[in-house]
Order: sequence, then structure tokens, then C-alpha cells
Amino acid sequence: MTPKHTLHIVSGKGGTGKTTIAAGLACALATSGRRVLLCEVEGRNGITERFDVPALTGPEERRISRTPAGGTVYGLSIDAEDALIEYLDTFYHLSIAGKALDRFGAVDFATSIAPGLRDVLLTGKVYEAVRRKIKNRPNSYDAVVFDAPPTGRIAKFLNVHAAVAGLAKVGPIRNQADSIMRLLRSATTTLHLVTLLEDMPVTETEEAVAALRPTRIRIGTVIENMVTPTPLDHDQLETAAAGSVLLKVPRLTVKQNQALASEFAIEAGRTLQEQQRHDRLTALGLPLASITFDPGGIDEGAIFSIAEQLTDQMSLEDG
Amino acid sequence: MSSVESQPHRGPTVPFLDIDKIIGDRETKIIICCGSGGVGKTTTSAAIAVRAAEAGRKVAVLTIDPARRLAQSLGVGELDNTPRPVTMIDTAAGGSLDAMMLNMKGTFDDVVIAHSTPDKAAAILQNQFYVALSSEFSGTQEYMAMEKLGQLHAEAEASGRWDLIVVDTPPARSALDFLDAPEHLSSLLDGRFLRMLLHPAHGPLRFMTAGFSMMSAVMTKILGAQIISDVQTFVRAFEALFGGFRQRATSTFELLSSRHSTFLVVATPQHDALREAEYFVDRLTEEGMPLSGMVLNRVHTSALAISPERALSLAEDLAGTSAVLEVEALRRHAALMRTIETETRLMERFAAARPAVAQTQVQSLPTDVTDLSALRCVGTLLSDKD
Repeated sequence: MTPKHTLHIVSGKGGTGKTTIAAGLACALATSGRRVLLCEVEGRNGITERFDVPALTGPEERRISRTPAGGTVYGLSIDAEDALIEYLDTFYHLSIAGKALDRFGAVDFATSIAPGLRDVLLTGKVYEAVRRKIKNRPNSYDAVVFDAPPTGRIAKFLNVHAAVAGLAKVGPIRNQADSIMRLLRSATTTLHLVTLLEDMPVTETEEAVAALRPTRIRIGTVIENMVTPTPLDHDQLETAAAGSVLLKVPRLTVKQNQALASEFAIEAGRTLQEQQRHDRLTALGLPLASITFDPGGIDEGAIFSIAEQLTDQMSLEDG
Repeated sequence: MSSVESQPHRGPTVPFLDIDKIIGDRETKIIICCGSGGVGKTTTSAAIAVRAAEAGRKVAVLTIDPARRLAQSLGVGELDNTPRPVTMIDTAAGGSLDAMMLNMKGTFDDVVIAHSTPDKAAAILQNQFYVALSSEFSGTQEYMAMEKLGQLHAEAEASGRWDLIVVDTPPARSALDFLDAPEHLSSLLDGRFLRMLLHPAHGPLRFMTAGFSMMSAVMTKILGAQIISDVQTFVRAFEALFGGFRQRATSTFELLSSRHSTFLVVATPQHDALREAEYFVDRLTEEGMPLSGMVLNRVHTSALAISPERALSLAEDLAGTSAVLEVEALRRHAALMRTIETETRLMERFAAARPAVAQTQVQSLPTDVTDLSALRCVGTLLSDKD
């Protein structure tokens, strides 16, 4: 059994729990003895906060969790400037020059004036981490999970090819962008979109699916997060939502039963709306996974529970 | 006990953020809503704008969010770079409401056209680096929002068309972007790297030429010679505008720190959103920016004071009977109470760490806010002390 994909990209609208799901997915992939790298960009320390470990600094790749299944998750916070200096060092043995560039503000300038370059550097680091396994390098990982920018920017971010095409017709950056694009489009890369069953996140998911199509990056699973499952059928929910049910919980007063019924009417109405949004997502024709809402908040235990749910619903393994 | 109260769980020590007082103060001319993505910033700014307009203020609301949500929630079609009147509001109190969405590139183009000769402007607008900078640079959105705010404010002062501008900020990558972007862009555009690209062998920096040629060689190696020469062309065309950028950024910053502006930090009672809110609060305080307080959206409440434990135990007693609706209602109530407990814990932690930050809460609504009446309802909840 091997991981079906060696690179999992996770995106989602702000507030949908994208980073939590990425963490859960990394844990799900980290089964017996496997090493999984969980990367984030834009330095939010979102990964380490969830595992309650100190923030990642510089280019360090540090163990952040041992999973119940016996694997290890490492964390990496990717920074464009560190990536550029490392890139210069690896390909040109120019780490000192890189630092000089940094001092002159050239790195900031180059990555700001050509935003595509910044994205090439960030995805380039992910590319390097994924390639270690193929090239039999030390510190290689069985899988890499990339907590990518939100859905509103994801297609543009990953389309590094197009981003530099206008700026660099030939040259090393162009070649680098081409290699990254090949990896992103390969069958070993998959992209997941995290959403809530609310109108705007679902709309953004639909838009992201459309925007990603021309990039030819394979979309894996649409992950519905914070879902409240219900044993009730549609008619029962409709009845409850209409507010006309008379609840009779023994040992509660008539007033309490009424308060419970009106609260339940709102909850049932919400579930009905969620089901409509689930239908919209079904119409996308992509595999769906559903993660149960955890009212207790997110800690390592909650992440392991998400990992279990993802393992059950996504086909993460080959063979 | 307090966690099962029906009312919002703001502790007695947390000061109340009085939105109506802010709106009613004629000296308040700019309200800026900031916060992380997905916390309801756009809805909050639209609701405040509607409430202020119906209270008699002449309001312009500027949204930056590319999701075009304000247009939806205001019931007007596509918003463009010019303010459009929202006709459905109640003007009995003498107020008015215009809404606009920022067109980042359009605003940038306007700046270029307004501050250079037609020939130069044409050259800049066609340069590929300008195209990239004006449409994709991570700070451009923030910078142009400030530029547009400056323009609207100047127009408001000159014509009297508006007396209050409500701004919805971009969903920042980090809490700092919004304040840093103008400075970042202007320092980028008149930084020494650019000056060296322009005049590599002149002026006081001449002694650095050796270092620079090494650097230039490195840049050429990474990027290719063509890019460097394209950048030089771009920079030369852009040079005339540099000073202007810094000056404008400075005056916008002054406007924001004046007593006529006020910041509202928007959050939801969730870990990440509150953490970002803390960054915003700290940063605004550090910069001496006028912070009014925090709007907490989507706060869960319950009118039924039954603990989750009791609800689950009652559900257990009924399990296997025909009372399926009762069982489900009790389970949902238990989950709701647990959510309230988690939110209360997070909000108490925030309040303990930042006790001076005034707060107002908007409870979690059963449906999406997509029309004017829903915005009015949000406005009422915002202003309501309970």
C-alpha cells in the first residue's frame, strides 16, 4: 500500500477551516512509520497553533505530531525570501549573494513587482519537498500536504506557468515554473476544496472549480466541513422547521418544551438549507467528504478525529 | 450558570461598543471595518452604512472584497468604481446611501493618468510590469483602497455629497497588510534598489556600484536579462510618480489617525478570528489609530437554560421510543450549548487579555443576509446592547 498522491493541496474560503482540514489530512496520511510534511504559506502559524507547539521559524522542518496510527507529521512555514535564498544556494551556490540581494531590498522588490515570481518561489519549495522522495534525498516525505491560499486566489496562485509567462519567456525561472507545473498537473498531485454548507463558501467553491479547470490540476475531494448530521428525513425536518411540532419531553415544563421546539425549528431550517447546498456541491460531480462539526473547538484530539473521518471517506491509498 | 443564560455572554466588565453613538457623532467621517476573511466584514459595513443613512447621515460605502457580496446584500446589481445610489433605503431622516466597489486596476490607472503626461501615461499603462503590479501585487488592493478612500474623502469635503464614508477592508493575508501596504508600496517604488536600477553609476550611491553589478548579475542569472531591462524601462516611465506615492500614503495615514476616523475590528467567536482580532487591536493601538471596538458576529445564543449534560441525559431516556423529534431536538440543543460554552470561553479569554476593547455582538442568524431588510435587522442587533 502506498499513498495514492504524494502532494495534496488544500484550499478553501476564509473561515471554512481549511488549515484544520489540512492538518487532519496530514495526520490521515501519516500511518505506520510514514513521514508527512504539512506546509503553510503566508506565515500565520496556523499549523503549530492547532498542535499546540512553538511556531515554526525560518526554513526549519520540525516534527509537530506523532499520529495514533504510528506516523509522523512535520511542519514547514514557507517564506518567499527564504525560498529564494535557498534556491540561489542550491542552483548557483550563491547564498551570500542572496543575502546581499535581501539587504538591498531586491528580493522584496522582485517578489512584489512580479507577484508570479513570489508564487513560483513558494510553490517551488513545495515542489522541492515532494521531489526529495523521487530523487532519494535525505529528509524525504511519503506525502506532502500544502495548506494553500484561499479559494478566491487559488487558481491564480497555482497557475505559476501563466504568472511568469508574460514576464519570462525563457530562462531559469521559466524552466522552474515549467517543472512545477508538470508536478501540479501530474496524477500524483490532487487538490481538495474545503467548504461550509453556507451560501457564500459554496458559491466560492463552484467558482474555484471553474477557475481551476484551465490549469488542468486534478481536483480530488470537496470537503464539507462543520456539518451537523441528522437522523431525520426531509419531511420530518420540514415539519420541525415549520415550527408547528409540539414537543413533549418528559420532565420539561410546557414552556421549556415550547422554547426547545422554536430553537429546533431554526436548527431544522438550517439543516434543510445545508442539504440544498449539499445538492449544489453534488452537482459539481466531484467526490465529497463530510466532516462532523465539533462543538468543543479544535485541538490535536479533534484533528485526529478529522483524520479518521477523512481516511474513511477519501481513498488515500493505492493497492 | 452564566454560560446557559439566554442573553449574549458579554461579561459585565466588557465595555459596550455603541454603534449608534458612533453613527450619531457628526465628527465621525470615516468608519473602517477590518478583520480576517470570512467573519462578515462586508455585511457589517453594509449594515452600518444602511443604519447610518436611515439615521440621517449621507453615506458612501466602499467595499473592496472581490466576491461582490455587498452588491448582492444591497440589492443593487454589479458595483463599479463609481458610487451608485442605493434607492431602497428610507430617506425620511434626510440621509442617503451610495455604494461602490473598488476596481483596483481602474483606480491605479486613474492615478497614473492624473499624475503624468498623456504620452508617459500610455507608456506606463502598457508596460507588463505595470499590468502585473496594478492587478496582482499583494499590497495593491490595500493601497488602492486607501487611495480611493482619500479621493472619496476629498470629494465629500469639497461637494458635501457625503458626510460619512464606511470602508470594508480587503481580507488581509495577515493583520498587518492593511496598514503596511501603502508604506510598503511607496518604499518599494522609491527604494534604493529601484534608484540603483535607474541610475546604477550616478550620485551618492556610486561607491556601491561593485556590489550592485554583482547583484545585477545575480538577478540576470535568475530572471534573465530581458526581465531586468523591462523593469528598467518600467521604472524610468514610472519615476515621475514616485514622490507622489509616498506623499499620498503619508496623507492617507494621517487621515486615518485623525479624530474623524474610527476603526472597528470584526471577528467571530472562533479561535483563528479572535487571534487575528488581537493582532489588529494591538497593531492599531501601537500605531495610535482610533479604535472604537470589536464587532463579534455569529455569536450563538439559546433561550433555553438547560445544560448540554441534562439535554443529553433526557435524550438518552427517550432513545428507542417514538419520540424521534424530541431526541433530535435535545441533541441539537446539547450541541448548541457546547458551542456556546466554547465561544464563551474564547470570548472571555479575549476580554481578559484586552479588557479595554469595547464589544458588541450580533447573534448567529438563521438565514444568509442577502437583502436590505436583513441588513436593517443586522444593524438593529449591532446597536442593541443585549
